[in-house]
Amino acid sequence: MIDVLIIGGGIAGIETACSLQELGLETLIIEKEKQIGGHLNNWDTLFPTKRSASEILEYYTEQIRKKSITIYLNTTVTSIRKQDDGSFEVYTSREVSFKSKTVVMAHGFSLFNAQRKEEYGYKIYENVITSADLEQTFKQNNDVFVNPMGKIPERVAFIHCVGSRDEKSGNHYCSKVCCITAVKQAIKVKQLSPQTQVFCFYMDLRLYGRGFEEMYREAQEKWGVQFIRGRLSEVAENIDGSLQLKAEDTLAARPFKMSVDMLVLMVGFEANKSTALFHNSCGVACTESRFIQPRHHHLSANATNIDGLFTAGTSIAPLSVFDTLNHAKAAAFAIHSYITK
Amino acid sequence: MNDLFIIAPFTIGLIILLGILIGKYVVWTIQLSQIDKLRILHGFFTVRTLRAIREIFWESLLHRNIWKTNPLLGYMHMSFALGWLLLIIVGHIEAYMQASSLSVSPWIPIFFRYFEHEHFYGARFFAHTMDVLLLYVLSGVVLAYGKRINSKLFGIKRTTKLKPKDRISLIALWSIFPLRLFAESATAALHGNGGFLTSGIVFRYLQVTPNIEYTLWVLYSCSLAIFFITLPFTRYMHIPTEVYYIFLKEYGIKLKKQFNSYSKIQVYSCSRCGICIDACQMHHAQISNNQSVYILKNIRDENLTDRKLYNCLLCGRCEDACPVNINLNDLRISQRIKSSKEYNSSYDFLEYSITEKADVVYFAGCMTHLTPGIKKSILTVLDTAGVNYLFLDKDKGACCGRPLMQAGQIEAAKKLIAYNRQQILESGAHTLLVSCPICYKVFRDDYELGQIDIRHHSEYFLELLHNQKITIRNTQKSIVYHDPCELGRGCKVYEQPRELLQSIGTLKKVKHEKVESLCCSGSLGDLSLSMVERNKIKEQTLEVLLKPNPDILATSCPLCKKTFVKGVDIQVKDIAELVAENIQSN
Repeated sequence: MIDVLIIGGGIAGIETACSLQELGLETLIIEKEKQIGGHLNNWDTLFPTKRSASEILEYYTEQIRKKSITIYLNTTVTSIRKQDDGSFEVYTSREVSFKSKTVVMAHGFSLFNAQRKEEYGYKIYENVITSADLEQTFKQNNDVFVNPMGKIPERVAFIHCVGSRDEKSGNHYCSKVCCITAVKQAIKVKQLSPQTQVFCFYMDLRLYGRGFEEMYREAQEKWGVQFIRGRLSEVAENIDGSLQLKAEDTLAARPFKMSVDMLVLMVGFEANKSTALFHNSCGVACTESRFIQPRHHHLSANATNIDGLFTAGTSIAPLSVFDTLNHAKAAAFAIHSYITK
Repeated sequence: MNDLFIIAPFTIGLIILLGILIGKYVVWTIQLSQIDKLRILHGFFTVRTLRAIREIFWESLLHRNIWKTNPLLGYMHMSFALGWLLLIIVGHIEAYMQASSLSVSPWIPIFFRYFEHEHFYGARFFAHTMDVLLLYVLSGVVLAYGKRINSKLFGIKRTTKLKPKDRISLIALWSIFPLRLFAESATAALHGNGGFLTSGIVFRYLQVTPNIEYTLWVLYSCSLAIFFITLPFTRYMHIPTEVYYIFLKEYGIKLKKQFNSYSKIQVYSCSRCGICIDACQMHHAQISNNQSVYILKNIRDENLTDRKLYNCLLCGRCEDACPVNINLNDLRISQRIKSSKEYNSSYDFLEYSITEKADVVYFAGCMTHLTPGIKKSILTVLDTAGVNYLFLDKDKGACCGRPLMQAGQIEAAKKLIAYNRQQILESGAHTLLVSCPICYKVFRDDYELGQIDIRHHSEYFLELLHNQKITIRNTQKSIVYHDPCELGRGCKVYEQPRELLQSIGTLKKVKHEKVESLCCSGSLGDLSLSMVERNKIKEQTLEVLLKPNPDILATSCPLCKKTFVKGVDIQVKDIAELVAENIQSN
């Protein structure tokens, strides 16, 4: 029997494994993709430092090698069952199951599917992309900035809160990272293409973290990014592929139209589909927003309603990379206490 | 003994009843519009009157529509209506036969056994026949007791709630026939003039005195009187009013937007059978006070609250289920018009622009603009078919007016209708194409576009297919079709979308289809429903739709599509998108 089985080889899972290894416990990571790193593989830079995401991944790859952590790639966990002796049986897509004293659910989140907000035209209009798509283009091409039609855009609009704080999408919560990501991406657009005008449509700007507010100021003062308080209502496509936006400026209290060459949808977090699977197979408690419910929000944010079943990272809520890594380190400590008590 | 106490209560009750009824109907008829009065005059000596009589026979007597929904309930209503009528008719024939004359006092047939003990030709036959009829009515009374005690016996989840005056009337009605049984049995025991029922069971082992007999007949007469006098003030007013309503309906009188005396006649025609309660999907969201039967009752009692009035999807399922064919949706809207305040509805910002000429005008409407996938598909199909069309609200357009109409904001809606109407007429088009059933409904009902054909895209695309303007590839995928409320029950378009879908894939049947289809819960008719409540209703609908495990859930309303997309893993597509995806250019 292994000490700790970790579901998910994203940064939360790896950090938990590394910390546990240092505490002298034996771990095993199960990752559904063919490589570790999760969503971070698709990300270019991180806020607020604008440092490369690959820097983090390289660090963790090195740690895994040094600490000889076992990882099963291309393996999906199908169910978790608690045994009578308090241990867990974890079933996978590989027709092998694992016995473990504890399990960490570090399976993360899913990005909101922007096609569900059909009025924004994602996958219908060529020049509508998501924040995740934009990171990819930054990653692939760090010299020039063009829209999906290959044209340097005169105007780009970022739409905040796509699938977050949105009753109609069924997601009441704030995804926490999109405001600052939009600020970061807007700056990057201006860096690559200074002549492009950049607009951000927001409901509230939630710039709570270290360095966030400074970055927001920089975006306005240094780069001239324009922030408009109001939601987008609908998008139509012009013959040349540019996009006609209908929106409202709620500070000026007027509806208006604007034509842009590119639209970026700041997609939020949603609970990973696996969460529901685990909820059904082992009865782990979930919140109304479908994420996992920690046992105590302040005092045991890694434990769940089931003894020996822990969480790390965004399986409990939208979190930044910074918060995710801290939550993962805390998970290691909580598990160590549980096993050695 | 004094016969007066037997004759008087019944006679007085009947006179009061007839007085009130005639008074009410005369007033209501006078209040009808001039045109509606002419409709009655012109319709009276035509086949319409015969048709009305036929419908009265089927619905008011046999209660065919209730039978279709709920046989036990149908039997109960029929036993009261048909049984009682036959008792009256056969009773009269019996009295005429006995007297060998048509001139008998009007109360004689009612209290026949009490007054006539003599043997006459056919007396045995009549005694038995009348007993059969009485037994028939009594079987209905027993069922009515049962329904009150446990409505689940009837397979209905809920029965209507009662007010004190209804209860008095109900008790009177329930007592009439048992009292008649006891009174006739008492007479039969004393005079031996009963049939198999009245001379058999009740007083076989009980000593009857003339006093007991007399008291029972007085009670019988009193129960009739109480029922007659309370009838106009209780739900039993529906019995005569429904008959009158059927005549007016046959003469072609239609419900108006503004609440008038015809609306009142419809309101009073409600028998409170409660069938609409089970048809309502609101109970999935634990809402049980806003169903049509309660709304009509509140209209009668003049205590309708906005909270109840506006909490309704206007899906029309109750209207379809209503055995009396009351226009429940439009009645509710007419109440909303009555209660709505005039908000700031200045549309001065709408600019009149000169419309280009075209054969076909396409009006996308707000909801299609919010579903660009549908909009794009419509344009693709039109371009492929080579239609000469004008996209009326491409850049700027006004709302069709239907959501305002549903909210009772009729004055505001009229302004938008006038604006759009002028633009459509100026285009000189022969066809108006719409891709939203909500728009379609208001264009058909309220725009008065004269010669212009109004087509929903499911109808129009089918015509294009039939005329070989387009060809469609069959995907072999399994499809379930969801009927949007406004297109299905609202405009009676059921077959065209299905025929079109059959050319795209294999259409699977679901439990509630066509006129019975369920609402997606996204309706604009209800703005007070919370998202949680909407989701509960949606889940029930999806459960039915996804039962056959289709590859695609198809609909033909942008709002239904938007509502369903958030709840399912399979593809949710508008019929326009399916056509555009599988269109083959000629």
